[in-house]
Amino acid sequence: MTVYIARRLTVLVPTLLVVSALIFSLQQLLPGDPALALAGEEHDPAAVAAIRHRYHLDEPVVVQYGLWLARVVRGDFGESLRNRIPVAELLAAKLPVTLELAVASMLIALAIGIPAGVVSAARQGTPLDLAANLVALSGLSVPHFWLGIMLILLFAVRLGWLPASGYVPPWEDLRRNLTTILMPAVVLGTGVAGVMMRHTRAAMLQTLHADYVRTARAKSVPERLVVLKHALRNALIPVITLGAIEFGRLLSGAVLTEQIFAIPGFGKLLVDGVFNRDYAVVQGVVLVSAGLYVLLNLLADVLYFVANPRLRGAT
Amino acid sequence: MRFPRGVTVTVGLLLLAASPASPQSVLRIGLNDDPDALDPTISRAYVGRLVFAAFCDKLFDVTPDLKIVPQLATGYQWAPDHRSLQIALRPGVKFHDGEPLDAEAVRFNIERHLSTPGSFRKSEIGEVKSVDVVNALTVRLNLSQPLVPLLAALTDRAGMMVSPKAARALGDKLGTRPVCAGPYRFVERVAQGRIVGERFADYWDKASIHIDRVEFVPITDSTARLASLRSGDLQMMERVSPTDLAEVRADSRLKVVGVPELGYQMIPLNVNNGPRGKLLGADARVRQAIDLAIDRETLIKTVFNGEYIAGNQFVSPASPYYNARLPVRARDVARARQLLREAGQPNLTFTLIVPPERDRQEVAQIIQAMLAEAGITLNLQTQENVTMLQNGRKGDFDAYFTFWSGRPDPDGNVFSFSTCNGAQNDSHYCNADVDALLTRARQVAEPAERKRLYDQATEVMLRDLPRLILWHRRVFTGYSGRLQGFTPHPDGIIRLRGLRLS
Repeated sequence: MTVYIARRLTVLVPTLLVVSALIFSLQQLLPGDPALALAGEEHDPAAVAAIRHRYHLDEPVVVQYGLWLARVVRGDFGESLRNRIPVAELLAAKLPVTLELAVASMLIALAIGIPAGVVSAARQGTPLDLAANLVALSGLSVPHFWLGIMLILLFAVRLGWLPASGYVPPWEDLRRNLTTILMPAVVLGTGVAGVMMRHTRAAMLQTLHADYVRTARAKSVPERLVVLKHALRNALIPVITLGAIEFGRLLSGAVLTEQIFAIPGFGKLLVDGVFNRDYAVVQGVVLVSAGLYVLLNLLADVLYFVANPRLRGAT
Repeated sequence: MRFPRGVTVTVGLLLLAASPASPQSVLRIGLNDDPDALDPTISRAYVGRLVFAAFCDKLFDVTPDLKIVPQLATGYQWAPDHRSLQIALRPGVKFHDGEPLDAEAVRFNIERHLSTPGSFRKSEIGEVKSVDVVNALTVRLNLSQPLVPLLAALTDRAGMMVSPKAARALGDKLGTRPVCAGPYRFVERVAQGRIVGERFADYWDKASIHIDRVEFVPITDSTARLASLRSGDLQMMERVSPTDLAEVRADSRLKVVGVPELGYQMIPLNVNNGPRGKLLGADARVRQAIDLAIDRETLIKTVFNGEYIAGNQFVSPASPYYNARLPVRARDVARARQLLREAGQPNLTFTLIVPPERDRQEVAQIIQAMLAEAGITLNLQTQENVTMLQNGRKGDFDAYFTFWSGRPDPDGNVFSFSTCNGAQNDSHYCNADVDALLTRARQVAEPAERKRLYDQATEVMLRDLPRLILWHRRVFTGYSGRLQGFTPHPDGIIRLRGLRLS
């Protein structure tokens, strides 16, 4: 197991290298000069040239990448072209926000998705199944920005129960933090819950028809235990994989949701970075997101061992 | 479980100390975008100017009717030849770090604007050759050539003073932690989250600051921004979109005011920038025909609910510098067709580059239909803003759709666009008469004489039409009914002096 984890971790470095090289070259394909993007409507050529020089934009792409890499190895992610804030500082400020939003959304998704999936599989074909499917499909298909705005209009504007925007860190005001994170977490969570429910249902249906479940039933194990202990535990393996992927997606930032609720997370940082051709910021966000993604996949693999004893000793 | 009494008492005292005696008043202002670096020398984005209004006072300010009034200065005096400007400074002004704002500090700031690599102020005040400290509270700016609009530049970022001590200590990182002499002291910035300021106890005009804390919150989505204002999370928002006005006006708890902006929306035409300049550049009648085929009033009615102002000159009809003898011409399709025939281009086809924003796309499509009625085929090409501006610079365009945010002095709206070597003259328009008139207007101080020069230049430019100016927006600021003392300014910048929250 430890060897396995160590082997997986060593893959992290080349993965990140490839990802960063890919992003760097993809960014070069974006039309538009970053220095001009930065200058906006101001057009002083001398000032634009100074920006180019400061951020080595006048060097060949390979040299730019080399310079960037050399700095990153030393732990320096450079500074934002737009506001000159060090990228490491930006990432450190946004990671907890994104993490909190992702965890809260995931909790909501799990709390809705798995029970709904289990119930609809156990009661296949009944109105309960239909209702659960309906909810899951709505969660999947309702656009986030629409749901977000509707929630704001209802709970913030009309009822005045929750703040419409303005993230506050938990260490500053926990209550306000939770109220600001609730609506965006619901928006994101219901979307993921739909996916989770569909997958749980499919996996459950498969295991409920497996031989060992029939055996358990034949031994007159109570149906509750059959479903929750025998079937669910085995059905969870594909759901864990999916959960890790969805969680990774949440961690790379939820652009629209962050934009609507004015949450300063990764998504907003990334999109603004791309629009402003803020290369250092984009590189930093992508690198951290990719790293987290790889780690999450590893975590999912470790969870397989926990959930499925048959895998233990395999490696 | 029992806590020792000492601990309980200490915790209690700490809690008491942490809760302020009276609640702080907080003004939260919703911004359209997250500002760039908060250093007046390198700042570029318009939205940054809204934030600077809290932190950095300027040597001069403009009134709602665009008169220049002293702020950190108390007065000014031009030399008779307009080659030097003497500025008297307000006594007793302190920066947020307690340093005095004196003549030395002003000299430091002007020199910093001129010498910092990547300074965007150099092009505004580049004619300043040296700064003399006359005495502790008087400076003299010496110019290489007369530049009357210099004074207007000092009402914006070029006139903002930062603490020399902080600037030396922070170097090029000053933009992450501005130290100026404005009504609020910078507290923190969470990029894309908020920028926070706290009332500065030693502000020179502290009697007119009534709100303890100000927070700027960028919310890019306009519907979400408006919802935040309606729910009370924001007390103010800048640039309310015309399509949202009905909703704001219907809400009795909110107020909204609008004033004509300083800038304009325009379509520069390529008249001589590279090979693509031949199509529209060869004959002014072609450009006049395009202009005559566009119905500005209809555009404004359809896309902006009639809330904006049709325009044709580099200042809005509300400006004293508008040439009232040359108002917006009515649409005349027959005349447009005739001009095209005379120019030998009855089947003119050209391309307009349009950025992807919804309202611009709508306007472009309506213009397309209007031109079609005059026999002109207009192709629309969508390009993201940066790409469009880059192609504009290179001359890879027939026409593109952009805007200018505007400056209080008319010179800032026209000189760099319409003089032969102007930095923003993407059309590569060059007319010696216009050059001479616009240059002369920089050198005379009497408004009547300047107006005469601008009137003449406008007449020539409306004949040559190197760019079509289409309309002027109204800057709408929405705010809570609890907020009092707000006066809108044409530059859209929210002045915090005099504001109160009830």
